[in-house]
Amino acid sequence: MTALPEKTEKKLGLVIDLDTCVGCHACVVNCKEWNTSNYGTPLSDMDAYGAAPEGTFLNRVHSYEVTPQSGCAQTVHFPKSCLHCDDAPCVTVCPTGASYKRSEDGIVLVNETDCMGCGLCAWACPYGARELDQLAGIMKKCTLCVDRIYNENIPEEDREPACVRTCPAGARHFGDFADPDSKVSRLVAERDGMDLMPEMGTAPVNKYLPPRKKDVLVGETKQLDAKSEEPKGFLAWLDKALEAI
Amino acid sequence: MHPAPSVIIFTTLSGLGFGLLAWLALGYPDVSGVVAFVFYAIAFALAVGGLLASTFHLGNRKNAIKAFSQWRTSWLSREGVGAVTSLIVMGVYAAGHIFLGEKWGALGVLGAVLSLGTVFTTSMIYAQLKTVPRWNTPWTSVLFMLHAIAGGALLAGQVTVAAILLAVLGLVQIVAWQQGDGAFAASGASLETATGLGRIGKVRQLEAPHSGENYLLKEMAFEVGRKHARKLRAIGFVLAIGLPVALLLLAPVNHFVALLAVVSHIAGVFATRWLFFAEAKHVVSLYYGR
Repeated sequence: MTALPEKTEKKLGLVIDLDTCVGCHACVVNCKEWNTSNYGTPLSDMDAYGAAPEGTFLNRVHSYEVTPQSGCAQTVHFPKSCLHCDDAPCVTVCPTGASYKRSEDGIVLVNETDCMGCGLCAWACPYGARELDQLAGIMKKCTLCVDRIYNENIPEEDREPACVRTCPAGARHFGDFADPDSKVSRLVAERDGMDLMPEMGTAPVNKYLPPRKKDVLVGETKQLDAKSEEPKGFLAWLDKALEAI
Repeated sequence: MHPAPSVIIFTTLSGLGFGLLAWLALGYPDVSGVVAFVFYAIAFALAVGGLLASTFHLGNRKNAIKAFSQWRTSWLSREGVGAVTSLIVMGVYAAGHIFLGEKWGALGVLGAVLSLGTVFTTSMIYAQLKTVPRWNTPWTSVLFMLHAIAGGALLAGQVTVAAILLAVLGLVQIVAWQQGDGAFAASGASLETATGLGRIGKVRQLEAPHSGENYLLKEMAFEVGRKHARKLRAIGFVLAIGLPVALLLLAPVNHFVALLAVVSHIAGVFATRWLFFAEAKHVVSLYYGR
């Protein structure tokens, strides 16, 4: 049944640090690479080598410009994938029972052998976390790399989601939000972690850390003295001679 | 939202079909034999045809049978169960009515309730979605139910009642449009809440996450020209409500006029149903600066 569990033992999810993300899209690439070659049907591309390529991705990085009331605008890179919501509307709308939220760790998954590809779950999600694969006709979404995090066949340091493992900036963190002492819970507490679109009532598990406050220049600022000097001797002659040609 | 033809055909035709079934189940029009058979045939063709059309947009049709399993939580599943149950109940009722000349009153009432209940479940598929503020209102259900009841009355040849119901439908449609136009703003969702960056300032998209299209944009970021929407509303309204009501009240009652009114109504409902999807904005479009 596509009823949501009343409570999950663990609440596995991600913390995404908007202050640290540099927008390199490495998480997008590694997510696609891992998830197209492991659990579930591959993430297809359409017209991959043509004029208008497109494909299925479980993680995408937007870039926004934020302009405060006074002062300079700033660029914020914004990775977005499934937030594994506590009140996931995508799960309860599913007519076939393909979508479910695991009671043991809170991961929201799609059982691909049950999905009929109606797309209603994608309509129910405010975050655009679900994409219907255009080749397979099956709904794809972030699995939190469920085939990595418990996988005893890979080295221990690799047992985290592909996007987290690959992030060169350390902008993505994986952990258990049900444990108040976990790294992710502490990060959220220290950095005022926030929910996306709280007005949608989805109670997302994934949290976003807002960009830190920018430094403000205090007092008059003055240009540094010029360090370069005019060339002397042979170089001065060469400079003149070349100018003259 | 992308106005998929299969879903427009489905909601329009099966709504009319179940509406007509409800009227037939309650004994309107009072017919028997071959005439009754024709009425039931039209009703079942519309209801079943619409349901079949709805399966055309499925990505993986072989699993469609599983859609009957999640009725405890899913409105789409409830609709499937409701549709099949009402078709079975109405099939039995119709057989009794046509072949035995019997009208089993209690079964008829059950059939009518189930038929209209099915239309309600259809409406709830849309009305439940917080992500589409224009749909997320009880008016969506009122609108779908009235379409079925008024359209059903028109098909059932209930001249005066149909005229009154269509007029009421027209009023509700105007209210729904009015209310829907302000729904997105009233939902409180903005690019600022979507990114959480509103605490810093005003947000705009600097760069899209990908250069091409994707499923989300095609399915949920459909944009319709405002000017065209206004014109289509007027055209849809005149065809679905205005002309049929005028014909019912002013023209002589005969089969040709009735056919004209029905065709006009269906064409108008197709137009307004297209707008129902095309004008509905999904909150995910915010992330794409749309």
